Amino acid sequence: MRASLFITCYNDTLFPETGRAVVTLLERLGVEIDFNPQQTCCGQMHANTGFRAEAFSQAKRFVRQYGSAEAVVIPSSSCVAMIREQYPMLFEELGNAALRAELEALLPRVYELSEFLVDRLGVDDVGAYFPHRVTYHASCHGLRALQLGDRPGRLLAKVRGLDLVALENLDRCCGFGGTFAVKNGDVSSAMLAAKLQDVVGTGAEFCTALDNSCLMHLGGALHRQYVGMRTIHMAEILASTEAVPAEALA
Amino acid sequence: MSHAGYHPVLDPALAPPFPEAALPVLRNPQLRKNVAHAIDVIQAKRGRLVEEKADWQELRTAAAAIREHALENLGAYLEQFEARCTAAGSVVHWAADAAEARQIILQLLREENASEVIKIKTMTSAEIQLNPHLAAAGVEVFETDLAEIILQLGEDEPSHIVVPALHVNRSQVREIFARKMGIEDLSDDPQALTAAARNYLRGKFLSIPTAIGGANFLIAETGSVVVVESEGNGRMCLTLPRTLITLAGIEKVLPRYQDLEVMLQVLARSATGERMNPYTSLWTGVTPGDGPQRFHVVLLDNGRSRILARKTERQTLRCIRCAACMNACPVYRQTGGHAYGSVYPGPIGAILTPQLMQMHHAQSLPYASSLCGACYEVCPVKINIPEVLIELRSQVTDQERRQAGRFFDPMYLGMRIANLVFGRAWLFHWAQRLGRFGLGFFTGKDGWIHALPGMGAQWTQTRDLRGLPKQSFHAWWAARGGVHREETR
Repeated sequence: MRASLFITCYNDTLFPETGRAVVTLLERLGVEIDFNPQQTCCGQMHANTGFRAEAFSQAKRFVRQYGSAEAVVIPSSSCVAMIREQYPMLFEELGNAALRAELEALLPRVYELSEFLVDRLGVDDVGAYFPHRVTYHASCHGLRALQLGDRPGRLLAKVRGLDLVALENLDRCCGFGGTFAVKNGDVSSAMLAAKLQDVVGTGAEFCTALDNSCLMHLGGALHRQYVGMRTIHMAEILASTEAVPAEALA
Repeated sequence: MSHAGYHPVLDPALAPPFPEAALPVLRNPQLRKNVAHAIDVIQAKRGRLVEEKADWQELRTAAAAIREHALENLGAYLEQFEARCTAAGSVVHWAADAAEARQIILQLLREENASEVIKIKTMTSAEIQLNPHLAAAGVEVFETDLAEIILQLGEDEPSHIVVPALHVNRSQVREIFARKMGIEDLSDDPQALTAAARNYLRGKFLSIPTAIGGANFLIAETGSVVVVESEGNGRMCLTLPRTLITLAGIEKVLPRYQDLEVMLQVLARSATGERMNPYTSLWTGVTPGDGPQRFHVVLLDNGRSRILARKTERQTLRCIRCAACMNACPVYRQTGGHAYGSVYPGPIGAILTPQLMQMHHAQSLPYASSLCGACYEVCPVKINIPEVLIELRSQVTDQERRQAGRFFDPMYLGMRIANLVFGRAWLFHWAQRLGRFGLGFFTGKDGWIHALPGMGAQWTQTRDLRGLPKQSFHAWWAARGGVHREETR
């Protein structure tokens, strides 16, 4: 089994530890990893801000780069949602028949990390060890667009030592929304404050998710407010073992 | 007066952009508390009633299909409605825009020599700003819906399409009623407040012979009009007056009487969290000796035909005004309705208002969403609101990027540079190094960024940002001797 990683632009730049954890985790599960250093961005920022032509050029680039992959694994649910939901519409409007056919053939091979583990590899116990109190934030795209359902919960339940605390109002957005956080900074901050109340209320040591964009938002506020809780991508929890704990614990 | 010294502007042509209009609300803890409490109550009721319905998703699918079919054949169904409604003794008028609708209604009121009218809650009349125009023409308007009375007497504006006074709590209602109705010892007990309203209204119902209302649905097959309500004030307005004027958007038509079976189920559950709303009135034309003897229907286009002609946006017209989207919306939960600068707030307002304005106004509304998708999930007629929001954003962007002044706008400049950078990996990697260098100046000893200039300040107002790590993932992969086998075509 060979998986091509699409680490995405912001993970590559801001959260390389997530990418490293995906490599550690998948290699431990016997997956051969391929990574194309030419990868950049899925185009979500452009698409969601209204820059459709620009989003289209990123989308074409992704399909060209990953078209022949056996499986594409992406540790970012909003980027997977972009590819799955918006690429078909973009190609319908701006693409041609060949491109649409190529996308259609590629889409079934594009996986969000938890989908890849549970659906493609058929595992929910990845042999992880993370002896901490953790709460899970279901990012909107993971919850609604990808319908990840109980996959994240099943994976976390099998992590040894992990104490999972349920988050109230799990289906409520943290207020990030990409450029929304700067175009509507005040409203976004108000939504964030509401979400933080629930997150901090869990008393967990870590807040995890399958999308670093929400975690960047929540983590930035937790740091600002000197709350002793940290954010960690679920890949890092799943990669963590007794012998090699997550980098965040170093 | 309204609240905390500001008066909301609900005219999209005049309202400030959403981020600015939201500020007075964000700074008003009482208002935010009122909004959050009210929608939490409705949401919880809706949740219970949707859960008990095993075939809820099938009902949504059926409701969406009925509305979509009606829109696909809208011209034919409207003509059928007009023919049946006319045959039953009513007069159908067609209004191309708000001004024409107001003119028709004013003309009808003049023919009636009406100096006063009673009104059933109708958001469509607020859309055409009917009340101020009637007042200017010397017609006194009395709202009869409890929430609308609160707003009218409190000189406030609606903030929700089903519960227009949801931002007002009962002690505020007590204050407004006591002051405007001259009741000194009024308590804030809900029963006492509704009794005061009933007492105030009874006289109006019995003495004013002209009523204006809206429609939840128009039935093409029978020419009937349907009004769904909770308080019974609508039933009074539909039965007591001599003359009734119904104002309805052209999209309100349903093909068959039987379609109500599906629509009424999804509407009540979505709107108020009830299995069935308390009052459902259906009537067809004029019945001699029973109810209003003169009945007019004003069918309003006001930009709807243009929406109908557009592929992605057409679904906007499926809306049955249940407000489930705003109740589920995390943005609305913080801002309430006034920030949207339109009688249609929340997610549906964010897509409907700019379209009704032909994209000339309210361009900030498509951006008033984090695209979380909660609205689409609850919509009983499956309007993919995020999809329409993104479509409208691209229209706004196309419009704005042609303006010379936008060339150096940080957002536009940034997006163009980002596109250039994302198109070439070497440039992307170079930009990462540049970013690491540039942001280094803002990064504190703790490795975090606490304050950024320009647009970044919007971020750092409430959040820190971790400084850029020294090694990107791709650099780590290369250093590790990682491979790339797949061919890029």
